[in-house]
Parts: sequence; C-alpha cells; structure tokens
Amino acid sequence: MPETTSEGGPGDGVQIDLISGARMSGKTSMEKIRMILDGVRDGKIVVLETGLTPDEESKLIEVTMTEINPDDFTGIEIESFPQSETNDTSLLGRLMGKQSSSKLTVIGPANQIQSLHKDETLISALVSRK
Amino acid sequence: MGLFAELRSSISRVSASLFADDSEPKRIGIYGPPNAGKTTLANRIARDWTGDAVGPESHIPHETRRARRKENVEIKRNGKTVNIDIVDTPGVTTKVDYSEFLEHDMEKDEAVRRSREATEGVAEAMHWLREDVDGVIYVLDSTEDPFTQVNTMLIGIIESRDLPVLILANKTDLGESNIQRVSNAFPQHETIPLSALEGENMDEVYEKIAEYFG
Ligand SMILES: Nc1nc2c(ncn2[C@@H]2O[C@H](COP(=O)(O)OP(=O)(O)OP(=O)(O)O)[C@@H](O)[C@H]2O)c(=O)[nH]1
Ligand SMILES: [Mg+2]
Repeated sequence: MPETTSEGGPGDGVQIDLISGARMSGKTSMEKIRMILDGVRDGKIVVLETGLTPDEESKLIEVTMTEINPDDFTGIEIESFPQSETNDTSLLGRLMGKQSSSKLTVIGPANQIQSLHKDETLISALVSRK
Repeated sequence: MGLFAELRSSISRVSASLFADDSEPKRIGIYGPPNAGKTTLANRIARDWTGDAVGPESHIPHETRRARRKENVEIKRNGKTVNIDIVDTPGVTTKVDYSEFLEHDMEKDEAVRRSREATEGVAEAMHWLREDVDGVIYVLDSTEDPFTQVNTMLIGIIESRDLPVLILANKTDLGESNIQRVSNAFPQHETIPLSALEGENMDEVYEKIAEYFG
C-alpha cells in the first residue's frame, strides 16, 4: 500500500477499543453513540463492557443509517450477549437501569468484519484490515 | 415525549377507551428483517379487508424503502371489529452496501440511490418505533436463522416500549421452513406460522391481530 495510513492506528493493524462501563456511565445516549460511531468509522472494533439500552440501540441503528454513504461507510456489525436470567423487566429493575447492565457488546465496521458469530458464551469476529 | 404530547396522548387514550367505537385506529407497524415478507403480508391484509394493496413486493432486499401506510383497515373477528392503520416498514438492518444491489443487475447509479433510500427508510422506521407505533407485527422468514442481532435488538426495543407484539413465522409453504426454531428464539412471545404468499393460516393471524391490537 502507498503512503496512506488509516486514522485507526499505525500501519495496517486493527485497533480494538475496550470501553469500560465507568467510562460510558456519565455520557448521554448521543455521546455514547457518537463515540461508538466515530471509532467504528475510523476502522476500530469497539467493545463495550456494559452495552446499550434498547432505546440507545434503536438510536444507534438510526444514526448509523443516516451516516451510511457509498464512499466510505457501509454500516456496522454488532453482537452482544443476551441479558440472560438476570434480565429484570420489572419497573424497578428498569429504573435501576438493569436493562443495560453486563451486556458485553462488540461493534465494528461492516466492511471489515467478515463474520461475526455468536452463541450463548462466545462472540467470534473475523476482521480484515482496511 | 414532551409533557404536552404526553398529556395529549393520554387524553386521547382515555377518550379512545370511552368511545371505543369511533376511536382512532391503532397504528400497527410491520417490522422485520429485509425480505421476510412484510409487504406481501401487508398487501394480503389490505386486500382481504379493503380491496387494494399497499406496495410492491420483490425478491430483491430493500424493495420497501419508504414506510407505506394503509389507513383504516377494519378487521372483523368473533363479532368484534378492530380498526388499524397498517404501516409496512423497510427491512431493518445495521448495514447497507450498494454494491450488493449490483448483483441484481442494477446500474451503479440506481444501486446507490436504492441504498440511500433504504438507509433513510430504516432510519425513519426506527424513529417511528420509538415515537409513533401502538403495536408491532414482527415478520420473520422461517427458513432463516432467527437468532440474529437485529432481531434480538428489535424485539428488545419493542419490549422496552411495552408494545404488544405478534411474531409471525412466514414462508411456511417452503420445505426448509422451521417454525419451532422461531418460537424457540422468542419464547416470551406467541409465534404464529403463516404463508403470506399462499394465504395459509391467515384466519389465525386475523384472530390474533384482533386479540392483541383490538
Ligand atoms: N415462498 C414464499 N415466499 C414469500 C412469502 N412471503 C413473501 N415471499 C417472497 O419473499 C420475497 C420478499 O417479499 P416482500 O414482501 O417483498 O418482503 P419484505 O419483507 O417486504 O422485504 P423488504 O421490503 O425488502 O424489507 C418476495 O419474493 C415474496 O414473494 C411466503 O409466505 N412464501
Ligand atoms: Mg417490503
């Protein structure tokens, strides 16, 4: 490849950002989505320790759609572990924000992830360089 | 929702239940992944109860790129009439690559336009799901794996909004159809098998629509 280096990192490596729940907790929904999409559009794989709420997920899809363009962004791949039995759908549980707790989520650029496979206990991603 | 919007909607909800007969129709969104048969279903419902169709169906994904609405569809079941607006939405996805349309014999310009329309339509459909829908018919192609992230997220979003949802396992006329796999994927909801194309099991679909959205 000629002199162009990706902004995601030096050379042709793939950068992976593991974002802790603490780092996400103070942010608004739009800030979280911006952070995720900025990373993914730079070619990074973003791993969230605590995932997003359903509402945030729907906004993530919506904003992703508005940013897709034929030149450089075809969208995202996303996988997360199901919320298992700890999922508390009671009103109190929801107020306590349990819905988004401990839901490890992996998000990456659709054109670089060749396959993102999941079962109950494993998420496996095959990532190509830019 | 703002305070006034909320007030207004709760007032209209109260008056809707007081004057159930001429109440506003419920807005029922038909959601699901691309190519599941949403438009085929919407057309069948519309033809069965109003005489005309909603929009074109196609084997090419993202045929529906703008949500289409069929208003005031009256469905009669067991002496009960439910009045719904059917909203056929574009198939929800997290990615759209225009080059995939090139495989369907499309020129680049047309493929790019199709993908732009698709992304706008999906964005709009997601927005509506948060703001503007009273119930959801979630259509899945029962020959395909239902355990996808998009399906899981969408059902999660629908549940978090407490919207009534019916899961339809479509394309039961095909040999590879696996209804059990669909009901296993979403055991917390009722799964109804059907073939929207052949019109199989539509009676049960209408019964459930009346029960869930009436
Ligand atoms: N065999 C069979 N094919 C079906 C059935 N329902 C729909 N199809 C076919 O599946 C393809 C997609 O149908 P559509 O109704 O356009 O699907 P859609 O979900 O609206 O797709 P998008 O608008 O692209 O998201 C078409 O070729 C339909 O004829 C069914 O019950 N059985
Ligand atoms: Mg359609």
